[in-house]
Amino acid sequence: MKLFKYLLITFFVINYNSLNAQDVNLENKITKNLRCLICQGQSIYDSDSEFANSLKLVVKKKLESGNSEEQIYDFLQEKYGEWILYDPKFNKNTYFLWLLPILMFIIGGAIIFKLFIIKKN
Amino acid sequence: MKTKIYPIFLIFVFSIIFFVFYKGLKNSNIYTPDVKSQINIPKFQAKDFENNKTINSKDIFLNDKFYLLNIWASWCIPCREEHKFLMNLHKEKLIDIIGLNYKDNHLKAKKFLDDLKSPYKIILKDLDGTIAIEWGAYGVPETFLIHNKKIVKKIIGPLNENSILEIKEIIK
Repeated sequence: MKLFKYLLITFFVINYNSLNAQDVNLENKITKNLRCLICQGQSIYDSDSEFANSLKLVVKKKLESGNSEEQIYDFLQEKYGEWILYDPKFNKNTYFLWLLPILMFIIGGAIIFKLFIIKKN
Repeated sequence: MKTKIYPIFLIFVFSIIFFVFYKGLKNSNIYTPDVKSQINIPKFQAKDFENNKTINSKDIFLNDKFYLLNIWASWCIPCREEHKFLMNLHKEKLIDIIGLNYKDNHLKAKKFLDDLKSPYKIILKDLDGTIAIEWGAYGVPETFLIHNKKIVKKIIGPLNENSILEIKEIIK
């Protein structure tokens, strides 16, 4: 019985820790994708400015109150604009940004195909 | 014909790249935040600076009245500079000035107000800076003009004569 009790406690402790670790990982992931708007080239995660510290707290509180990653991004985007996100969303302003590498890849592939493969044949 | 297509295509691609970079040369490399206005004010709870009682934002900002929310701190030098403009605006009966004391020491903030007098109707405490983030603020000082629970104007940085004139013009 005693052994069972210890096992149960160990199980809960391990489970609680892994839950916390997941939260911290998500918190870090979100703050790494947020730009510190008053710093030069730093993310919220890297920065120690007053603005960044407050924003880290807001992200933590929002996660604790059950908000999803997407909801936090939407909230901050509404307040500060799309510039706050390092990873911009796919919308009419960013079509070109997202599609250009794919377009370049296709054009480059077509050129290589035409120059080397067709020529060889 | 085939040999002509490649140089034309290359020239076309490089011209586009040149055009994009040339246009980019004229852009400012200093980021200036978008001043978003006409967005709804956030809902929040804060402690009163005077008596530490919890106040709900919906009890402060009522419809059909102009409010000026000013984010300040005793450690912020530009806040000291803009204070005389707030005192000037304090005389206007059409507007209530609400203070948001940002990450400050209570005694130092009290001394700041004793020295310079308070233009604020209510002062709220924002000890961890999270309320300022809810407002979409970048730091101190920052000022929001509110009407019908919407942000009508946002002023980043200290107030000056021009911004006070603009505010007076809007609330007329």
